[in-house]
Amino acid sequence: MLTENATLLPKTQRNFDPQKVTLTVNGQPRELNILPWVSLLDALREYIGLTGTKKGCDHGQCGACTVLCDGRRILSCLTLAVMKEGAEITTIEGIASEEGSLHPLQKAFIEHDAFQCGYCTPGQICSALGMMQETTPGSRAEVADLMSGNLCRCGANSNILDAVMEVMNDE
Amino acid sequence: MNNFSYNQPTDIQEAIQQGEKPDSAYIAGGTNLIDLMKYNVAQADALIDINHLSGQQDIARKEDGGVRMSAFTTNGVTAYHPLIKENYPLLSRAILAGASGQIRNMATNGGNLLQRTRCYYFYDINTPCNKREPGTGCSALGGYTRMMAILGATHEPHDQACIAVFPSDMCVALAALDTVVNVEGPDGERSIPFEDFHRLPGDKPQLDNNLRKGEIITGLDLPTQGFAQNYSYLKLRDRNSYAFAMVSVATGLELEGDSIKEARIALGGVAHKPWRVKESEDFLKGKTATPENFAAAAEIIIEGAVGYKDNAFKINLAKRAIVRNGLMALNPKETQLPGAVPS
Repeated sequence: MLTENATLLPKTQRNFDPQKVTLTVNGQPRELNILPWVSLLDALREYIGLTGTKKGCDHGQCGACTVLCDGRRILSCLTLAVMKEGAEITTIEGIASEEGSLHPLQKAFIEHDAFQCGYCTPGQICSALGMMQETTPGSRAEVADLMSGNLCRCGANSNILDAVMEVMNDE
Repeated sequence: MNNFSYNQPTDIQEAIQQGEKPDSAYIAGGTNLIDLMKYNVAQADALIDINHLSGQQDIARKEDGGVRMSAFTTNGVTAYHPLIKENYPLLSRAILAGASGQIRNMATNGGNLLQRTRCYYFYDINTPCNKREPGTGCSALGGYTRMMAILGATHEPHDQACIAVFPSDMCVALAALDTVVNVEGPDGERSIPFEDFHRLPGDKPQLDNNLRKGEIITGLDLPTQGFAQNYSYLKLRDRNSYAFAMVSVATGLELEGDSIKEARIALGGVAHKPWRVKESEDFLKGKTATPENFAAAAEIIIEGAVGYKDNAFKINLAKRAIVRNGLMALNPKETQLPGAVPS
């Protein structure tokens, strides 16, 4: 695992300089020294060590890499970390309360059997959280449409919708 | 993805100077550019982040009653913005029909106009493609053509051919609304009517649009007429969500009693740019909004269409979609339901 203090090749062998980027991740300031082409997804997983966010397709098609950035759901695989200087990032590791009790969405996902392999799940939960900040869906069909950027190959989709609908109706 | 340097100018003139250099590219949302760079379809030695240019507004009413949208505002913010939802709901619907919530939160209005085709062969650097590498040929012709164009394409000569489709939903609505594109570049500022922004492939399929190197889209101007009373966006695709259009239709109607005072009909998924035929809109002026009249308009719009082995269905599909969407536009309160199955 690469850390913030990773040793880079000597300057003579590099054409491009790493840049300092400060991100607040789950409430903690993190200073990175990274090259411009590192995605936010790789920065979170490889440089900071937060492997809850998953790399599904790495091309913005599956949604497994969804995190919250300044309150909005985004795809971290299509985001360059250097472009997010000063941003507040929330990953799945930051959803539970400080004392460690599960977020209502996490509890609902368990109650409704909303995951099988679990690979899409961090992205589903972050996406649902983001969706609820964006708008108030008026129907289950609308929720399904708004969650369509998160693919689940295990087929837990209807249970995912049940879980999200329950939390939405409770709020 | 190749290695590149990254810069974040705050002054637009500085950005333009950097953008004039060959092998540099602007990046805003990055949802298309980064994807293309990961596939090595796009390369750039220098990325210029244009999200921090000073003096850019958001979405605001103009003095003439229209609305100016910043090119740097995200598609998501735009679709939910009260000024757009209330006055240009056709645009809001079209944006929400595209991509995913996450992508809409990242993608910018300017970037939406500049997205590249999703043609499978354009994306595969191991295949000949006149758009990606001029003169090498068109692999789509004779290949799998389901998502390809039926109108305005170039079939010959083979080293100029291109049957790719422009995939944006937002742009279909922008075309129907007579939007004006404001750009700033090395030669100063200019305004481009929407119909002149995107190109047909012609003899230069490598050019998607008429922007010059170094030019930055700064804003999109919507005129006062937003067709907020009678509008519909219909997107027909292989899934009911999260897929590109096989055929889409943006319709705006201004009615006077039973008769159409003004009509706009633009198609997506069928050509290298949003497809709008003014003769069809002139035809509908003064006519009643009936299936027969929309069908006659559809004949005008689809005239000259050429289908291939896997996409010839688009011709009849487009004609029926134009009729259906015209009728849907009569009752947007019931037909423009988010997430609804196209009825």
